[in-house]
Amino acid sequence: MSDSEKKKPNRRDFIVTATTAAGAVGVGAVVWPLVDQMNPDASVKALASTEVDISAVEPGQSITVLWRGKPVFIKRRTQDEIDSARAVDLSELKHPEKDEDRAKNPEWLVMLGVCTHLGCVPLNDKGDYGAWFCPCHGSHYDTSGRIRKGPAPTNMEVPKYEFVNSNTIKIG
Amino acid sequence: MSDHEYTPKSKVGKWFNDRLPLLTLANHLTDYPTPKNLNYWWTFGGILTFCLITQIITGIVLGMHYVAHADLAFQSVEHIMRDVNYGWLIRYVHANGASMFFLAVYIHIFRSLYYGSYKSPREVIWIIGMLIYFLMMATAFMGYVLPWGQMSFWGATVITNLFSAIPLVGESITNWLWGGYSVDNPTLTRFFSLHYLFPFLILGLVVLHIWALHVPGNNNPIGIDIKKPSKDTVPFHPYIVIKDAFALLIFLLIFAFFVFFSPNILGHADNYIEANPLVTPAHIVPEWYLLPFYAILRSVPDKLLGVIAMFAAIFVLVILPWLDTSKVRSTVFRPIYKQFYWFLVADVLILGYVGAMPAEGLYLLIARVATAYYFAHFLIILPFLGMKEKTTPLPLSITEPVLGGSADMAMARNNSDFKEKL
Repeated sequence: MSDSEKKKPNRRDFIVTATTAAGAVGVGAVVWPLVDQMNPDASVKALASTEVDISAVEPGQSITVLWRGKPVFIKRRTQDEIDSARAVDLSELKHPEKDEDRAKNPEWLVMLGVCTHLGCVPLNDKGDYGAWFCPCHGSHYDTSGRIRKGPAPTNMEVPKYEFVNSNTIKIG
Repeated sequence: MSDHEYTPKSKVGKWFNDRLPLLTLANHLTDYPTPKNLNYWWTFGGILTFCLITQIITGIVLGMHYVAHADLAFQSVEHIMRDVNYGWLIRYVHANGASMFFLAVYIHIFRSLYYGSYKSPREVIWIIGMLIYFLMMATAFMGYVLPWGQMSFWGATVITNLFSAIPLVGESITNWLWGGYSVDNPTLTRFFSLHYLFPFLILGLVVLHIWALHVPGNNNPIGIDIKKPSKDTVPFHPYIVIKDAFALLIFLLIFAFFVFFSPNILGHADNYIEANPLVTPAHIVPEWYLLPFYAILRSVPDKLLGVIAMFAAIFVLVILPWLDTSKVRSTVFRPIYKQFYWFLVADVLILGYVGAMPAEGLYLLIARVATAYYFAHFLIILPFLGMKEKTTPLPLSITEPVLGGSADMAMARNNSDFKEKL
């Protein structure tokens, strides 16, 4: 090819570019369904909320319910536990969150019972902060479910929930 | 590769071979010139091929009886153990076969490390081997999930959660891997599908691994280049075939011991409890062959960095041919590297041990030191040692140390003893 031919795009260059572009779109359209089929399906998404009766839970007690295949801790906290959670200085925390924001009704703490490290279920009434301790890799959580010590990066997650009435919580 | 042209003797053979040269391939594999000083550490390639075939055959049979569903999987495994004719045997061979496969692959890898088999011109063989190793770990992990016991479930939870450490997209990726918001039925069914697929990918890579091996030919315990074919080589059949077969028999004795006398010793009792998403077992440990990497993961206090360190521990092996700057292959002629080699072996064993222990106190400290040393070995010691180390003189051929003129005193002495006996 001479220099002048190289510089000027001709009809063949246009066809090559257009074919490549159309081919890329086609490949994308074929690959995406194959990838997306692995995402949560309609039947999994349909189980998005669950209602829990909490009338039998005494102060200091905690119940665990299953929501979206994950355990949710519903803890009725004692006054001591509330006080110790609210007394913490935010600067001490790895993932600073106020207890007031995590438990809108201070007596009830609702959170995913899933360690934010690698997803194990922490044990209740254990660990250095007298609250939750994850046996897998040693993360300690306080009475507000906030990470205090160990490899977990964040506090245990508070899901979307609401009090339907004084005895029922709807999670999700 | 043997350079001579091959022509089948029979007329039919010739007719067929002209159309599909399978007989030429068979002839190449039979005549393939092999260094005559290969020791028993070289028999693990054959043993590994045997392991792969065993896993595929027993796995296909188990797949006829197993049900991949969260409500039925655990029972179907018990059904295999109790009701299916010889089901217990086939499952124990498959479960222990995975451990035997890893035992053999670790010996095979450390053989390469000792004799420098990963060095030029065998880098591609090494990298394909590392891909096989990585796929083996993925396959073994997914296979361990299928019985849907407590260790299956929580092992799957912990390992898939590794991906949640990725910034921004971590949660979307884990949900995509799970097909839900936690490890559940969709996770089990896709793991079954992939666990069935991966061994065939491994098989394909094994073909490439052997093909790439047959281009330069085998390395050998002395690690020098040899002429092929020459008086330094013997044909693969019958010399290597019979040696491999003998080593395989010894290996099968160990295999059979586990299958028949302690089939559960390498597993965890917790996996005979059906999966329960509400209760995590008190102490989660992966299978023994993943423990060193697990120890590295836990030794880093940050989640993302821990995951990066674990994957880096594997990746550092892939680039090993370019980290080791020494041109001398065999450790026999590298007196200083020889010591570091055994330090590395000890380091990996220590990592494996602390990986099985709780991550606290002294264990955690040991794990951190051992992790640091692991990376130092590959990233600091190997590059510098290759430039500084004074190696001992290499013999000119494999035959030379045997027939005299060896620089190696021990070899020369053995040689004179040999002559006296004559």
